[in-house]
Amino acid sequence: MSEFFQQLVNGVTWGSVYALIALGYTMVYGILRLINFAHGDVYMLGAFFAFFAARWLGVARSPTPAGALLVLLISMAGCGVVGYVIERFAYKPVRKSPRLSALITAIGVSLLLENGGILVFGPDPKFFPQVIPASNIPLGGGVTISNQQVIILLVSVALMLGLTFVVLHTRVGKAMRAVSHSHTAAALMGISVDRIITFTFVLGSTLAAAAGVLVALQNPKIEPLMGIMPGLKAFVAAVLGGIGNIPGAVVGGLVMGLAEVMVVAYLSPTYRDAIAFVLLIVILLVRPAGILGRYAAEKV
Amino acid sequence: MTPQDRLRLGLAGTALLALLALGCGGAAEPELVVGEYGSLTGNDATFGQSTKNGVELAFDDLVAGKQGRIGGLKVRIVVEDDQGKAEEAATVVQKLVNQDRVVAVLGEVASSRSLAGGPICQQAGVPMISPSSTNPRVTQVGDYVFRMCFLDDFQGWVMAKFVAENLKLKRVAMFKDVKNDYSVGLAQYFTNAFGAMGGRVIAEQAYQSGETDFRAQLTALKAANPQAIIVPGYYTEAGLIARQARELGIKVPLVGGDGWESEQLLQIGGDALNGTYYSNHWALDFPDPKLQDFLKKYRAKYGSDPDAIGGLAFDAANVLFAALEKLAADDARTFAGLSSKFAGKPERAAATKRLRDLIAATANYGGVTGTITLDANRDASKPAVVIAVKDGKKVYETTIHPEGRPAS
Repeated sequence: MSEFFQQLVNGVTWGSVYALIALGYTMVYGILRLINFAHGDVYMLGAFFAFFAARWLGVARSPTPAGALLVLLISMAGCGVVGYVIERFAYKPVRKSPRLSALITAIGVSLLLENGGILVFGPDPKFFPQVIPASNIPLGGGVTISNQQVIILLVSVALMLGLTFVVLHTRVGKAMRAVSHSHTAAALMGISVDRIITFTFVLGSTLAAAAGVLVALQNPKIEPLMGIMPGLKAFVAAVLGGIGNIPGAVVGGLVMGLAEVMVVAYLSPTYRDAIAFVLLIVILLVRPAGILGRYAAEKV
Repeated sequence: MTPQDRLRLGLAGTALLALLALGCGGAAEPELVVGEYGSLTGNDATFGQSTKNGVELAFDDLVAGKQGRIGGLKVRIVVEDDQGKAEEAATVVQKLVNQDRVVAVLGEVASSRSLAGGPICQQAGVPMISPSSTNPRVTQVGDYVFRMCFLDDFQGWVMAKFVAENLKLKRVAMFKDVKNDYSVGLAQYFTNAFGAMGGRVIAEQAYQSGETDFRAQLTALKAANPQAIIVPGYYTEAGLIARQARELGIKVPLVGGDGWESEQLLQIGGDALNGTYYSNHWALDFPDPKLQDFLKKYRAKYGSDPDAIGGLAFDAANVLFAALEKLAADDARTFAGLSSKFAGKPERAAATKRLRDLIAATANYGGVTGTITLDANRDASKPAVVIAVKDGKKVYETTIHPEGRPAS
């Protein structure tokens, strides 16, 4: 039984990372109806920014909690800027074009970031420094959790709560919700739609960066193509929870992480990547709007 | 064809002829040309670079001792880069054999690329020595292909023997990389040998290279309560696995193979690797004067520690040089056929055949990676060392000799 509980712990921590990435997908989709395929690559950039920040600041050599926090913030800020640049130069010019153009642009940006990453960082994996040394926390009954897993959980939950607060209780959040309902109506109410969209991208990118740093902290191998699979799976998680729905992304991410860990533990590790897409097919067949998604009537 | 096209074609033709002339020209003095191919660039560039460094050091010794000459002929080494691709390996070996007309070829590290180059050397009757390909199929290509390292079946037996006799453990778990032939093969060889020694693999889990999270599998392995976990994979995953295993409270030893040999292993795994063991071709702290002398020279020239691949390349080049020396001493007339003057002539074929026989007869050669004796399959029969990681350092643990291994 303790094995099962240990797998639960593993699954929830892994899932909370998917949830963080999925939030970025879902926010952008909610507002723009655009699947930002470059999101997984922003996650990769987050890990690399933190890698270089930790080196320059010397946190890699003498780790302190404050240093680790600083590295996290630098990486989030860096990715926020990247998110802004991507939105401004890749997506904004095609905003009035058919939706397919935007989708293809997103794939293009994704390829640019991946191959640009190979060019700049090199194709060989780098090893993320231990900015927070690992230690074990026994939970009783043979179940343990590492301090890094605890940090992942805490940071993820804090960021998700922060995001919910921003969306539900601030003026910007109100504007975001308005824009997600209708661009035209929001603009008529005096909301600067462009600014809100930019804000959404920046916010999503900082969350992806945080996920990148957290994962790199726990599994210290980082490489330019590390964002592809987690990006795809987080997208599936967002669809699973109901794309465009913020609590849905969290639920989707957790379901995804748990499903993956349980499949590896009790079925076969070779199905690890397959389970994501099995889940996607099942949810599309059974409940296309996602677990928490609402069915919207399509106007014809 | 427009006039421009014709002009272009003409220019290209002229350039080609000029290149050919350059290739054939020079070499007024007859030479002894040795070819080497490896991945100097590409995904596993350190393999090729280490090999090149090892061969260079062997050549430096030849220059220091004998002015770079064997039997009066000046030795020249031609190095080709295969970019870590099997198809490119075939191309560069073709070039070495047909254009540079080498008398012997040194290479490759990766078995897949040795398997690409081997048949070409075999067909041309040019001896090829692979310093470090461990897949059994490499030397099955033909009687002109040799290797300087042990095979995976031997390594599996070594790991089993170490676990059963040195660590005195009976129940172990296996954690292999199903995407990697090396890992799958080594896991199988270990399981067979360990079973024959009275041990049992009580749990098995798999991962796929490239994954970074192994907690689910490790949790399942932990539940089986093994006395050790065997991880026959490459260093990247091994480091991450060690780290996550310790985080999950798995305190038993982890045991791996030569895929763990990398300077990056400790960087990835850190302190979590303490209490792990892996079999290897050598240990840097082994107090062998020949090895320590090699290390000193390597560090002086390249400013870093060599890996086992560099050492194996050094040995491969020296075994070849020794065979050439012996041929020059025993039969100067046949040896003369190896001179670049006789490229493509019957004298050359007769000479490379004798050279092959002499390499095949290599016995008790004292190399930096141990005593090398080539067996009937042209594979090196030599001891393996086991390295332990203690206090964040790799330390020599024990040597396991091939004697006493049941014939398989």
